[in-house]
Amino acid sequence: MPDFQIKKTPKDYDVCIVGSGAGGGMAAYVLANAGIKVVLLEAGPLYDPAKNVTQLKWPWESPRRGASTPLRNFGDFDAAYGGWELDGEPYTHKDGTKFDWFRSRMLGGRTNHWGRISLRFGPKDFKRKNIDGLGDNWPIGYEDVAPYYDKIDQLIGVFGSKENLPNDPDSIYLPPPKPRLHELFIKEAGTAIGVPVIPSRLSILTKPINKDRGSCFFCSQCNRGCTVYGDFSSSSVLVKPALKTGNIDVIPNVMAREVMTNAQGKATGISFVNKDDMQEYTVNAKVVVLAASACESARLLLNSKSSQFPNGLANSSGVVGKYLHDSTGTDMGGILPKLVGRKRYNEDGVGGMHVYSPWWLDNKKLDFPRGYHIEYYGGMGMPGYGFGFGMQGTNGKYPGRDGKQKEAGGYGTSLKDDYRYFYGASFGMSGRGEAIAREDNYCEIDPTTVDRYGIPVLRFHYKWSDHEVKQAKHMKQTFAEIIDKMGGVVTYGKSDGPENDYGLLAPGRIIHEVGTTRMGSDPNKSIVNKFNQTHDVKNVFIVDGGPFVSQADKNPTWTILALSMRASEYIIDELKKQNI
Amino acid sequence: MDRRKYLKTLAVGSLGAGVLISCEPEQKGAIEAPKTFTIDRTKEELVREQKLLSETFFDEHEMKTLNILSDIIIPKDGASGSATDAGVPAFIEFIVKDMPRHQTPMRGGLKWLDIQCLKRFNVDFASSTSQQQIEIIDEIAYPEKAKPELQQGVAFFNLMRDLTATGFFTSEIGIKDLGYAGNKPNQWDGVPQDVLDQYGVKYDERTLAESVKFEM
Repeated sequence: MPDFQIKKTPKDYDVCIVGSGAGGGMAAYVLANAGIKVVLLEAGPLYDPAKNVTQLKWPWESPRRGASTPLRNFGDFDAAYGGWELDGEPYTHKDGTKFDWFRSRMLGGRTNHWGRISLRFGPKDFKRKNIDGLGDNWPIGYEDVAPYYDKIDQLIGVFGSKENLPNDPDSIYLPPPKPRLHELFIKEAGTAIGVPVIPSRLSILTKPINKDRGSCFFCSQCNRGCTVYGDFSSSSVLVKPALKTGNIDVIPNVMAREVMTNAQGKATGISFVNKDDMQEYTVNAKVVVLAASACESARLLLNSKSSQFPNGLANSSGVVGKYLHDSTGTDMGGILPKLVGRKRYNEDGVGGMHVYSPWWLDNKKLDFPRGYHIEYYGGMGMPGYGFGFGMQGTNGKYPGRDGKQKEAGGYGTSLKDDYRYFYGASFGMSGRGEAIAREDNYCEIDPTTVDRYGIPVLRFHYKWSDHEVKQAKHMKQTFAEIIDKMGGVVTYGKSDGPENDYGLLAPGRIIHEVGTTRMGSDPNKSIVNKFNQTHDVKNVFIVDGGPFVSQADKNPTWTILALSMRASEYIIDELKKQNI
Repeated sequence: MDRRKYLKTLAVGSLGAGVLISCEPEQKGAIEAPKTFTIDRTKEELVREQKLLSETFFDEHEMKTLNILSDIIIPKDGASGSATDAGVPAFIEFIVKDMPRHQTPMRGGLKWLDIQCLKRFNVDFASSTSQQQIEIIDEIAYPEKAKPELQQGVAFFNLMRDLTATGFFTSEIGIKDLGYAGNKPNQWDGVPQDVLDQYGVKYDERTLAESVKFEM
């Protein structure tokens, strides 16, 4: 017997899904509920927030008080396994450009820790080229996706308020929570200078929607995963009920290596490596659905080369990996002097902001083409690692409890009291904007590097353009105006200028990367058609962020879910008609 | 929300793939895990935690100095105990192992402090009198008025102040002192009325009408 052989999974499936995040979880849910036999491959371990608990834990239960680690980049209590760097799974960069790639390896993927910001794209977001001539239009419009947004609102649950805004369509909402104190001040200031501040739109259950999930109990810890499933994560809201159908097998801890194909040019399944035993396996399926994340799915296609598909699978156009784009992001924050020495009460609220600002201006009157929304934070949160850092930059700037100005820094009982005094007076805001999808921002296979499984890795090439830099500059001006109007004092984010692109974060940092397998009607310029089906291989679908033509000034998750549900219904139809 | 049933489903779901799944490593990891952790830990995390916990960084003299310094920064007062009461030195010992970037600044800073005291008082910091200790601390605790030649000491004391404060206010004693009132199931029904009144703000009628309401 040879040392090394490939083992075939004994069972054949109708559909093999790669990845269990928003896109893969939704496909699994819809397909399994339709009686289709599904196998779901996940690169990380199983995860259940009711079992893998960090919620309602105290800082001292972590020896590092919740600080980030190489294995949990967003902090010791965060639900996401993994982060910007994974041991043995590198990625590289071309021409000195930057791109940071966040990977969660676990059932449910990045939906376990995300901000639950659940925004519909608006009518203009599908047709941006018609408005500013940049990028491309989607081959579908808002009216094609709207019925699926409706279904997802009801299936998953989202709170918000009806606003009738032209490009920020309302969902079917649960009631929103009331604003916190600093949010009232933000709302007052924003409204006064013409920046709308409205209830946030988060997929958190302020009211129960079914018997399987509890409702929110306001601990502010959605990023830790919810033991009663009061918020949306793919693992607990989609994969869990899919498993109950009995139609789905989950294979955790496996890395997909290639999409296998036959002589007719159809996909036959996936070959993968099991991370536990490091053995090679294959699984056969009639249909392959990729949902490994925009960049990981592109990597899988590019690595699935054969004589029939010399550029990689479904890549006759050469577009796989191109048009990669992430949201833009900058931040600013400070102290609100009127909040020092404030009265204590529990203001945890839901996980994240209770108010936000959707894009409110007309880009035709501005020097940059696309908009941004603003997210806000602050208040009397639970202390964790980093609490109190840099007090010498604060306590010398404001009069203390006794009304006297102190020397910055210090020690002893007076310093000890400063931490109490300034607690809960900080706040901040972040802009999240739309970048232009460009052909020359891309990921490709690094010709010289493989990961620990021998799989060739991605190499990124990404540069912000003047459009994004000017947008970041505008964000900063807006933030400074809001903070000034509130009577706040800026403590960070003000010194950014043209020398550092106005604090514009490195691409990838906002973790909204999309566009690598974009949707279109022309097979020479796009990878998937309007049903997320690859032009070249009819039984391969892509349901993560890859098919996004443009990402809007919205978080992508709600649209990934809607398009995945839509594609899955199409797959069911096509399977019935025996077209695939 | 029958969790047991769900777990069973998960298990069956994964067993369905037959030979592919080896649950063994995970279970093995879980059984060997020390009861040190009440929070979710992956296999890889447990390996890393055990390694960190088995190491020692600071020696006895350094720990003695950390004890004195942390209590100078956060002493006992009418509201709560001191940094050492809250276990801050042990936290600092752990965090420098967890974050090696702090190791040289901390070890070197402690040494810098000892050398300063040796030059001035002929003894190390820990062996100096309280008065002598405060004399040197006063020269490095106020960054804006510290002498330029003592800037290394200022940088060390800033780091020491940060780690002490974080260690203290993330401890049980410190959280209680701070008055953080959350981390428990509750119903958020807005800012308390007396606080709204204090700041002269109120919820507008639309907000009151559309926000989530709770049955009393």
